[in-house]
Amino acid sequence: MATTIRKHRNVLPGFRLSLGYTILYLSLIVLIPLAATFLKTAELSFAEFWAVVTAPRVVASYKLTFGASLLGALINAVFGLLTAWVLVRYTFPGKKIVDALVDLPFALPTAVAGIALTAVYAGNGWIGSLLEPNGIKVAFTPLGVVVALTFIGLPFVVRTVQPVLQDLEAETEEAAASLGANRWQTFRKIILPAVWPALLTGFALAFARAVGEYGSVIFIAGNMPMVSEITPLIIITKLEQYDYTGATAVAVVMLVISFLLLLAINGLQWWSSHRHQASR
Amino acid sequence: MSIAIKNVVKNFGSFSALNDVSVDVPSGELVALLGPSGCGKTTLLRIIAGLETPDTGNILFNGTDTTDRDVRERQVGFVFQHYALFRHMTVFENVAFGLRVRPRSTRPTDAEIHRRVHELLELVQLDWLADRYPPQLSGGQRQRIALARALAVEPKVLLLDEPFGALDAKVRKDLRRWLRRLHDELHITSVFVTHDQEEALEVADRIVVMNHGKVEQIGTPQEVYDKPASPFVYQFLGNVNLFHSRVNAGRASIADIELQIDSHHDTQDSAAFAYVRPHDIDIQKERGSQPAFEATVTYVHAIGPLVRLELQRADNTELIEAELTRERFRELDITEGARVFIQPRNVRVFLDQKSA
Repeated sequence: MATTIRKHRNVLPGFRLSLGYTILYLSLIVLIPLAATFLKTAELSFAEFWAVVTAPRVVASYKLTFGASLLGALINAVFGLLTAWVLVRYTFPGKKIVDALVDLPFALPTAVAGIALTAVYAGNGWIGSLLEPNGIKVAFTPLGVVVALTFIGLPFVVRTVQPVLQDLEAETEEAAASLGANRWQTFRKIILPAVWPALLTGFALAFARAVGEYGSVIFIAGNMPMVSEITPLIIITKLEQYDYTGATAVAVVMLVISFLLLLAINGLQWWSSHRHQASR
Repeated sequence: MSIAIKNVVKNFGSFSALNDVSVDVPSGELVALLGPSGCGKTTLLRIIAGLETPDTGNILFNGTDTTDRDVRERQVGFVFQHYALFRHMTVFENVAFGLRVRPRSTRPTDAEIHRRVHELLELVQLDWLADRYPPQLSGGQRQRIALARALAVEPKVLLLDEPFGALDAKVRKDLRRWLRRLHDELHITSVFVTHDQEEALEVADRIVVMNHGKVEQIGTPQEVYDKPASPFVYQFLGNVNLFHSRVNAGRASIADIELQIDSHHDTQDSAAFAYVRPHDIDIQKERGSQPAFEATVTYVHAIGPLVRLELQRADNTELIEAELTRERFRELDITEGARVFIQPRNVRVFLDQKSA
């Protein structure tokens, strides 16, 4: 009797259709526009390209954008973790309101955030008027850029870490305590390893969001060339001067750096989760 | 190390979890806290461990008050119901955790930790799993690793919260015998919480029966089973038949018969409840010399070592449950619908508190 090999059937329906749609969607929304950026840039010779992207004013803006974004994401990683912790482990009056406040930076138009932050941190603002006499200037300095980027990145860390903390049973912390571990040891050896992958994701998202941020920063930064001018602003400036190829050249550099940094963070994440692959 | 629980009260909001509970656990004993869910047994265990603080009352270890001592300093080994293993650590690291977090001055060397952990893993017969992660283990293996981890810190007291609750029936039986043997080897004062009376009766040296935040009875398995102090204990420790009865001078009336009982000799004509276990009900086809009352067999369940019968009394609609050995059942040769005579043995009588 001849045996026929049955065609493999997948229980989940519509694999081809959904994958096709995914690729089409990503192409239209992400790949094609990005490819256009590279194409436009290719109109420049390499020497011209190099001259544009290594102009001192542009280089200074890279440093500020990526430096402030990293710093803001780091600050968010620490305080976002703390916020998530408080929201998960304790009950207190007004908890729901605090929980909703976390999402506010998502919902607020970034220009509004920028104006609000500037008003508060300027020399005559509520906080600025307290800091300025002590020699700390926030508005219209790189420090102001960090403040704005921290503000817009906060929800990413809290919202990625929160569900993981919720899954981490309070029992494991009690177990650690009953075995003699103090608070710091429990945090470092039990809680941190459990939330680490989520924390890295939150960090990467906050960082990526900060790199592309424009609206809130331009108000508080003061936009002084070489000091507090971010790369997206340089691109806008070039566009306003009809220097389209120059703008795309700078954009390409930003894209490549962002891509490499995110790749590195993803690699770190992959490594840290595969170290405990068995525990997944 | 002995444990003394003195007049412990604990409320959660308006809910009274423990209401003036006092228990003594002698050194080296294995004690079961037995009761239905919500009776406060887990809360009591957590208070002994220091994971919860009593509202009033004291916990004494070896006569010293430890009520205000932190869980870290109590030297108790606590095994959680759902094991609470550290899932990102190997089995080895889980067991080593308690040794590694010690302050540098008292921390053993790496070689010493290695030796001790393997010793413990051999004790729980899971040495070959040292490099696995907890999610790769079966429930029974996780349970034993949790126990090894708790033992690593050389606790003076071992506390186990529903240690076999999440396991299937077969593993549960094996594991509780194993726990009993382990306790006989180590002789560490142990308290475990359970809602399974069979488990408590089989494993424990002493049983504390709890209900509604109060202690109903403390005693050896033999004592609580044979001489239950209250109707609750009687009913909780096994299946029962309940008869409304009247007691007068050491005699109890059930249905249309009177039985001699070995209590309530001075009671004058009071309402009471008479309890009889299903295996203490004997069935005859003919009325004999012993007092017996009439009933009809309504249901026969003949699977397993015992045959379970359901009978209906002739004088009212109450159902009676009886358990017979297979031999006795074959001897009687009865089927559903047969008229039989019931002889209760070992009747236990409690006066009706409401009418007394």
